[in-house]
Order: sequence, then structure tokens, then C-alpha cells
Amino acid sequence: MKRTNKKLLAPLALASTVFFCLSSTGLHAGAVDDPLLSKVMLDELEVRDSDGDNPLVWDAQAWLGKDLEKLWIKAEGERAGGVTEEAELQALYSKAVATYWDVQLGVRHDFQPTPNRSWAVVGFQGLAPYFFEVDTALFVGESGRTALRLKAEYELLFTQRLIMTPEIEVNFYGQNDADTGVGSGLSDVELGLRLRYEIRREFAPYIGVNWLKKYGNSADFARSAGQSIDDTQFVVGLRVWF
Amino acid sequence: MKNINRIQLATSGASSLSRRRFVTGLAAGSTLLGLGLTPRLLFANPQNLLGPQTLRGQQFDLSIAYKQVNFTGKDRLATAVNDSLPAPTLRWREGDRVTLRVTNHLAHDSSLHWHGMILPAGMDGVPGLSFAGIKPGESFEYQFDVKQSGTYWYHSHSGFQEQTGLYGAIVIDPKEPEPFSYDRDYVVMLSDWSDEDPETIFAKLKKMSGYYNYRERTVGDLWQDIKAKGVQQTWAERVMWNRMRMSDTDLSDVTGATYTYLMNGVTPDDNWQAVFKRGEKVRLRFINGAAMTIFDVRIPGLKMTVVASDGQHIEPVTVDEFRMGVAETYDVIVEPSDNSAYTLFAQSIDRTGYARGTLTPDAGWQAEVPEMDAPPLLGHNEMGMGNMQDMDHDMSGMSGKMQGMDHSMHNMNGMMSGMDHDMSGMSGKMQGMDHSAHSMNGGKTGKAGYGSKQEIKHVASEFGPHVDMRASSPKNGLTDPGIGLRNNGRHVLTYADVRNLYRTADPREPEREIELHLTGNMSRYMWSINGIKFADAEPLHLRYGERVRITLVNDTMMTHPIHLHGMWGEMETGDPDHIPRKHTIIVQPGSKISYLVTADAIGRWAYHCHLLYHMPGMFREVLVS
Repeated sequence: MKRTNKKLLAPLALASTVFFCLSSTGLHAGAVDDPLLSKVMLDELEVRDSDGDNPLVWDAQAWLGKDLEKLWIKAEGERAGGVTEEAELQALYSKAVATYWDVQLGVRHDFQPTPNRSWAVVGFQGLAPYFFEVDTALFVGESGRTALRLKAEYELLFTQRLIMTPEIEVNFYGQNDADTGVGSGLSDVELGLRLRYEIRREFAPYIGVNWLKKYGNSADFARSAGQSIDDTQFVVGLRVWF
Repeated sequence: MKNINRIQLATSGASSLSRRRFVTGLAAGSTLLGLGLTPRLLFANPQNLLGPQTLRGQQFDLSIAYKQVNFTGKDRLATAVNDSLPAPTLRWREGDRVTLRVTNHLAHDSSLHWHGMILPAGMDGVPGLSFAGIKPGESFEYQFDVKQSGTYWYHSHSGFQEQTGLYGAIVIDPKEPEPFSYDRDYVVMLSDWSDEDPETIFAKLKKMSGYYNYRERTVGDLWQDIKAKGVQQTWAERVMWNRMRMSDTDLSDVTGATYTYLMNGVTPDDNWQAVFKRGEKVRLRFINGAAMTIFDVRIPGLKMTVVASDGQHIEPVTVDEFRMGVAETYDVIVEPSDNSAYTLFAQSIDRTGYARGTLTPDAGWQAEVPEMDAPPLLGHNEMGMGNMQDMDHDMSGMSGKMQGMDHSMHNMNGMMSGMDHDMSGMSGKMQGMDHSAHSMNGGKTGKAGYGSKQEIKHVASEFGPHVDMRASSPKNGLTDPGIGLRNNGRHVLTYADVRNLYRTADPREPEREIELHLTGNMSRYMWSINGIKFADAEPLHLRYGERVRITLVNDTMMTHPIHLHGMWGEMETGDPDHIPRKHTIIVQPGSKISYLVTADAIGRWAYHCHLLYHMPGMFREVLVS
């Protein structure tokens, strides 16, 4: 745990140095062009309909920075029956490298499940042609562990406020990690379809359906632990940003 | 469900409902609250429905302070001059020396800039360039000779204070009688008001650039298109937008979703009025004092004879409608022959709202307020691509243009000495291009009055995450009335119609041409010139006395009104003998336009896009020495 904290602190320190050194010394003959801004995005905060305790699931991002350089935090997790079952946090330095793309470098720590794992992160986030929002990252952990995550999302506007978002997430792992229940190769695929209503741009309740299936060794680990390998859940949640 | 239907209709272009989406004043606000009372009984209305007062003379005391206003049903703090929004109209006389003592009672620095005035650089009112700004509690005395006449305006050049009300009209009476007559004279200042803080608006745009666009294309629109045009045609039309990741409904960054549009500080519901007697000639001095809104102005039932643009007399041209970039001014003369009321109608370029007033022989009368036009869609025209094939060939185009560079270098001659750029890196490499491409030409400059003959070049600094588009073959926007005004059945003014009433003062051919590209990344909400934002840019150097052509290439999908301080921009509309003088020039999306400048004003001058939230980045210092 101590090692991890140091790992987390190093890029944070680096990133904050970058931000506060970058504050422009240029001339302003009006307003400031590139102010230091922050954005907190709770993309998903939802309850999933399940046989046992209905789990609470979150997927959030936040950034602090300027037009082309940002400190970027990502958090996701799941809590059921008063127990946090999954929780991970990424701290990244995000730099614009193309018109619609940022490269993101930093660390990820999985607080749950235990034993917890730490990873170095190389990510690529942005907007692909045809307006697909893409968030993809390669993770390199201790003992030669590797993982690859691909996420993509699309927005379909029924009206200016009623918006459907199909999304997909696929996870691959480089080696088996029986302690955390992930197996090498394709591990899991998650498909979501959420329909939100933007009461304001920043505040939108939604309903949806989420489908998850485990594959390969991950599926085997799940079976031997007596868990199901696929699940379809109805969800109700909130999407908030500010 | 009812609510959803309403929104859907509004977004699919049914203007009768979308018209209601922007707040048109207190009455609309009270309706929203479900109150049936007359709004003025509910809210103290501090606005003077006749517009601001006029101050005359040579000495003026102007006090900048906060003022409580209520345009939408909510009390808000505005920034005002002498407790007036718009600021008082200043009436000067050509030939006078005016003194303006300006005191800042705000908690932040402030300033006043006299827009379009030819004056010493130190009096121009731009913090950081002309002077240090006016600190809270302090005063600054402006003093200068008034060497021109016509319609101008003044506004703050600090922060985003223009958005919160710091703007007013300047009317300068000429020494010599004007070449036209009129019986009545009204200032019509158009502006946009938001209850949101401008810093909040700017931050929202940086976090979500489409925040105020409630006209994104929906599944329903797609279905309509497919039904009307077939799958193939629909796909062909949309594939470019999808690849470019841009929105064809993005006409304004800030829309009627937050703006209430004002005429002389009066909301559409409160209806600013100008009175005339039948048979009188009425001079209307239109000024676009908005922060972000380009207006299309017409008076249904009346022809307008445009007699001045940016304060300068032009050959009279009679039109039904004209577009006003932010900061432009147009003087028109109308002659209502009927004993009836007429609506002064100024719809925003994106058709999300309008400013409105009434020209009437009887203060109790109103005329019908027309429907707004259907919201226009950006087309391939606005991309300046020539043809669609060009998109994917940006880089290959670069190498071709680098070769072009080599040629022009051979043609360089004695002009080299006048250039302050670093030549050492110039071996035909990209690095050299960056500094050189915009200021060199081998004697191929087009004749004065006819515009640029040069092939445009995209410099290396235009490539990167901060730029989302480069127009490979920008069109000439002179004869184009602009998006949303083409073939609308009305006679719309174009820049090609604008000719100076007098002969061109400086008949010299331009010695050189400066090509500047207006650039940005809409998605990241970054704006720049040649891909370089103000904070990182070197001043643009003009040699005192030189005659130079500036060609502006718009590499974005937005319409940018570009304002040069201190010197006239002489817009090349095709007649070298009658080149019109402008202080602010619209550059249409994917287009280019050229104008001549005589660098006759020593000092540091501002040169920028007058859209308030573009200005911090899309800005250059022009240094004349």
C-alpha cells in the first residue's frame, strides 16, 4: 500500500507542477484566453436490478487543467450489501496530441477486490470519426501483469434532451490472476444502452439495460466461485457534470 | 411527453415554436412562472424604454459602476456607464477636442475603447497595449481630436464586461453637411444579454462547446432526410460532418438558449419605439454592440437605403436586409409613406432569437413581428474545401505548397530588408515557412482594390491539436450575402455592394501582402490566428507609412468579425477608385477577404475577432513603427 501511495503521489506532484508553472504570463488585452478550469463528470451513478442486493455502480471522471494539458482522474466501482466489491482510481496526465485526441499517462490503483493491484497506464481518449467517444488504455502492473481496456460510446439524439447512449467495454488480460478472478485473453464484454433526459445539460436521470459476460479463463474462475458468467440488468441512474 | 414534443418540434426547424424558446423579456418570464399579472406590476423595471440618454459637448464625466437590471424576471448585476445600459450616447462634433474623464467603480479593472476612432494609440483604451487599464476606484482622462464623423460606439476592453452591458453609441456630427437629408435621427443599438456570468458562459463552452446549441441533428431529422432524399444522398451529405466531427447546426457558440436580445437596451417584449410623422425621412444608426451575436436586420414593408458603413459614407444602396457582424455599424435612411407602424427586426444568425422595436407614427401602435427564418445549416460551402476530395489530402497539399514557397523566395528582392522575421532557418523547410509564408510575395500582389491574387498557404503552426480545419480553397465571400441569407427572396446587402462615396484617399498599390488565417478548434473551444494564440504570438509589424494588404482566410466554420484598431481597413470590393473604409470586417466561414491598410498610426494596436469569447485567443498586437 505504501508503495502505491508513492506511485500515486509522484504523477500528481508532477502534474500540479506542470499546471501551475504553465499559468500563462502572456498579455491580456481583454479576458484570459486559457483559464485553469475543472470539470467533474459523474457519467454513471446507477442502481442495477439484481437477484440479491441491488448494487450501486459508479463511473466518474474529473479534470483540472487548461486547453491542451490536464490532470485527469477516473474512478469506477461497485458496491452491494454495504460492501465495496470493486473500486479503482486512475490519476493521469492528459495531453492533447491531435485535434480530437488526448494521450493519458499515469497510474491506476485497484482498491477492491483484494489483493489490490497497481498499474501504470498509457491511455488514448477522444472522439473518433462518426462521433464515437473512445476511451482506451493499456495497463502494466506488478509481476508482469498487463491489461487492455477498450471503451466506446455513441450518442443518439431523439430530441435535444432525450438521448440514447449505446456503449461497449471490452477487457483483455495478459496473464491469469486467480486472486482477483481475471483470466488471460479476452476476459469480459459489457454492453450498455442508456436513455437519459437532460433536465439541464448538466443533470440527466436515465434508465437503461446493462449486459455483461465473462469469457475464457475469467469465466472459468467465475464458475468455480459459484458466480454466473453473464448477467443482464436493468439500471436506473443519474448523469451529472459540473 | 408534451414537453418533449415541444422541444422536438422546435429543433426540427418549426420556427413558430422555436421562436418561443428564447426569453423575450419580462412578460415571457412571468408567463413561465404561471403568473397572469402585468409584468410591470410584478417587477420594478429599471430600464428606460426610450433607450439611453444622449450626452453632448466636449467634456464628459463617465462613471463605470454596477447596476441592477431585470430583463428576464431575474434581478442581475450589470456593468453600466452613468447608471445606463446601454451607456449614454455620446454626441460629438467633428473638429472638436473631446475630454472624457472615466472613473471605475467596479471591483475589477476596466477601460473604455472608442471603437472605430482614429486617435493616438495611448487614447485607444486597450489595457496592456494603449495603457494599463483603469484600476478600481481610479480615473483616467481620455483626450483626443475628433477627426471624423458618423456612427461609432464605445465599449469596455477589459475582461468580458461588454457582455454585461458596458457599451454605448458615439454619434459625430460632421463639419460639412452630409450628402443626404433626413428629418429624424435614431440610434439603434443591438446587443445580447445573459443572466449567466460571462466567465461561466466561457467555461461552459470550454467544457462542452455545443452547450448552447439545442439544434443538434436528431434521429427524427435523419429519418426525415432519408424519406426526402433517400439513404444514399443523406449519407453523402452527412459523411463529411461525421468524419470531421463537426456540427452543421453550429452557427453561434452562444444562442437564444441563454440570450435575450436587446434593442437600445429594451427587450423584444418591451418593444423599443421610434416615432416618426408620415412622409418624414428617418435615419437609423444601427450598431451591433453584441458580445457574440451576428444580426440580420430588416424592416418588413420598408426599403432601407444604406448611406454609411462603419461611420463612413458609401454610395447609397437600397436593400431589404443586411447582416451586421459584431461591432459593425450601418446607417440607413427609410421613408415610410404609410401612416402605419413598422417592426425593426434583427434576428440572430442562428435564428434562435431576435431583437425587436417599432417605428411608428403613434406611440400606441405595433406592427406584426415576422416569423424568424428557418435556421440555416452549414454546408460544404462553409468548409472552403472546393470539393470534398480535399479533406484527406492536407498533408500532401503541404508539400506542394512548400514548393510554392521556394518559388516565392527566388522572387524576393529588396523587400527583405523591411522584414523583421528570422530568415536564418529558411531553407525551404517547414520551420522557415512558419515565419515567412505570410509576409512574402514576389511582386505577384494583386492590384489595389481587386484583392489578393496569391495562392493561400497554410503555415506549419496551423497544424496540431489546437486547429480542427484548414480551408484548402477558400471562396471569395464578397458577393455572398452569407449563410441563411442566400436566395431568401429579399434583396440583401453584400460587401460587393459597398463602395466609398469618395475617392480612395491613398491610391498606392500595396507593397506587400500579409496572409492571416483565422483558426480554431471548436470542440476544445480554442481560437487563434495562424494557429498561434495571442499569448504566444509576436506582434505583427507594419512599417510606418507603408501600404499593405491583409488577406484574411477563415479556416473555421464560424463567421468572424475582425476589427483593426487605429487604422482603416480598406475593403477591396472591386473598385480601386472607391475603396470603402471599415473598422470591422466579416470573414465568412471557409472564405477569404482582402483589405488594404495604410500604416499611418504609430504605436501598438489591437487586432482581433470581435466575438467576445473568441477574442482572448484570436488576437494580435499590430505594431506600427
